[in-house]
Amino acid sequence: MATIQQISVFMENRKGSLSEITQLLAKSGVNLRALSIAETADYGVLRLIANDAEKASAALKEHGFVLSLNPVTVIAVPDEPAGLSEVLGILADGGVDIQYMYSLFTHQNGKAYMVFRISDEEEFIKVVTAHNMTLATAEELGLK
Amino acid sequence: MKRYYQPEIETASRQQILDWQNERLVKQVQNVWDNVPYYRKKMEEKGLTPADITGVADLHKLPFLTKDDLREAYPYGLMGKPLKDCVRIQSTSGTTGKRVVAFYTQKDIDLWEDCCARAIVAVGGNEDDVCQVCYGYGLFTGGPGLNGGSHKVGCLTLPMSSGNTDRQLQFMVDLEATIICCTPSYAAYLAESIRERGIRDQIKLKAGIFGAEAWSEEMRRDIEKSLGIKAYDIYGLTEISGPGVAFECEAQGGMHINEDHFIAEIIDPDTGEVLPEGSKGELVFTCITKEAFPLLRYRTKDICVLTREPCPCGRTHVKMSKPMGRSDDMLIIKGVNVFPSQIEQVLMEQGYPANYQIIVDRVNNADTFEVQVEMTPEIFSDSLSKISEMEKSLVAALHSMLGIYAKVKLVAPKTIARSEGKAVRVIDKRKI
Repeated sequence: MATIQQISVFMENRKGSLSEITQLLAKSGVNLRALSIAETADYGVLRLIANDAEKASAALKEHGFVLSLNPVTVIAVPDEPAGLSEVLGILADGGVDIQYMYSLFTHQNGKAYMVFRISDEEEFIKVVTAHNMTLATAEELGLK
Repeated sequence: MKRYYQPEIETASRQQILDWQNERLVKQVQNVWDNVPYYRKKMEEKGLTPADITGVADLHKLPFLTKDDLREAYPYGLMGKPLKDCVRIQSTSGTTGKRVVAFYTQKDIDLWEDCCARAIVAVGGNEDDVCQVCYGYGLFTGGPGLNGGSHKVGCLTLPMSSGNTDRQLQFMVDLEATIICCTPSYAAYLAESIRERGIRDQIKLKAGIFGAEAWSEEMRRDIEKSLGIKAYDIYGLTEISGPGVAFECEAQGGMHINEDHFIAEIIDPDTGEVLPEGSKGELVFTCITKEAFPLLRYRTKDICVLTREPCPCGRTHVKMSKPMGRSDDMLIIKGVNVFPSQIEQVLMEQGYPANYQIIVDRVNNADTFEVQVEMTPEIFSDSLSKISEMEKSLVAALHSMLGIYAKVKLVAPKTIARSEGKAVRVIDKRKI
C-alpha cells in the first residue's frame, strides 16, 4: 500500500508562525515535498509531507508544537488538461469522500502528484485499483 | 407628583427603622431556628440560641452564609416555609455549575415587587408612565422583579424581555415608552441603534433603571446624553430577592437599601469582623421579612461602602455605593454571573485541558467575553471541520452552563501566560 505519512501541525494565526516551523525543519535538515494550510480567523492547520516524517515530527514535538500523523494517499495524475478532472470524476462516481486534497511540488514524467485525505481509505483504494490509477510510492516521491 | 411609593416607610425616622429591624430580626431568628435545621446547626456550633439575639446589636454574633452553603443545602436546605406555601422560584448561577435556587411565597413576591416599585417611583415613575422592561424574564430576577414593581406603580408595563432590538425600538416608539429597565450595556446599545436609525426625536424616554452589571459615571453620562434621559442604578441579588434590594434616587449618589426588609453590614472579607460606617468592605445582608428563603448574614462578596449621611431626596434608608469589586473571583459579564470554576468544569467535561484564560473587555459599552484554550495532541485533528465541530460544541456547552455566549479561541500550547508557574485565569480589561 502506497500510503504516505502526513504531518498536521496546529498553528496560531499570527505573523511569523509558519516561518518558525519552516526554520525549525530547515535546521533539522528536513526537506518538504508538499505543504497546505487550512485556516480560520484564529488558527490554521498546516499539513505537510516531509522527506523524513519521523525526523520532522520529532523536531516539531520537541519544540512544543501540537501535531498529528495521518495516512494520506498520493495519486499520480496525468499532467495534461482534464487529467485531474478525470481522476476526480472516477472518485465521485465511486462514492469516495475526499476530506481535503492538495498538490505535491514535484512534476515528473508527465505526472502531477495530488495528495488526498480520504474518510474511508479502504473504499478509496478499491476504486483507485479498479481504475488502474497509479499511486505514488514513497520512494518515487523521494521520501524516506 | 408622588415622590415616594411608601412614604411612611421610605422617610421613616432612623429610630423607627431600628425599631422595625430589632423586632423583625428577633422574630426571624426564632423562625429560622425553628424551621431551617441547616442554619440552626450553624448557630449551635457557635453556642447560640435565639435568646442570644435581642436586636440588631447582636447581629454580629450570628454565623455567615455563603454561596457554598447554598450549594451544600441545594435545593431545599435553607427554606423557611414548606413547599406548599411557595409559589415561585428564581435562579442564578452558582460557583461550580450547581445553580442557586431561591424560593418565594406570595408575600415574598409582594415585598420584592414593593422594593422595585419604590425604585420606579424614585426615578419619577407613576401611573401615567409606560415602563419598558428589557431585562430577561424567566429564571433571571431582572424581568419579573421590575415587571411586578411596574404593575404596583400602575405604569403601563411592556414585558419585552431581553434582545430583539428591532422590536424593542418599535414598541419604544409606537407605545411611547417613558421609562426603560435594562442592563446599562444594553441601554448603550439601544442608544447606538437609535442614533443609527435617526429616530431619536421619536423617543419619549425620560428615565432608565439600569442594573445587574457594573457601570461607571462616565457611562452614565454617555447614556443620559445619547438617550436624553436620567439614568439610575439599581442593585439586587437573587439570594436576597432580586433587583430592588437597593435603588438610586434623584440624588444619583448611591443606592438606598430597603432597610425595613434587609439589614446591611460591611465586614472585613478576611476576618469577618464588622467594620464601622464609611469603611470599604464586603456587603452582608440579613433578610428580616422574607418567609420562603430567609437568609441571615448572607455574604454578597460585593465590596462597597455604606453611608447614613442625610439624602436630599428625603429618604432615610442607608445608602450603598456602587459595588467596587468582588471578594471572590466571580465575574459579571453581560449582566450574568460567571465563575471561572464553571468554565473549568465545562472544559474538563469536554475533554479539554484546564489550561484556559478568560478575557473580558468592554467595547462600545458592551462586554466581550473570550475563552482561550490551549490546543493539545488529544483534541487536535488534521481536519479543520473536526476542530471547528469541537469548538462549536464547546461554545454550546459554555452557553448551556453560563447562559451567555463566549467566543472560544484555540491557542498554541504553553502560550497562556503563567505567573510564578500559576496560570492567570482571568484578564478583565474593562475600565469601569
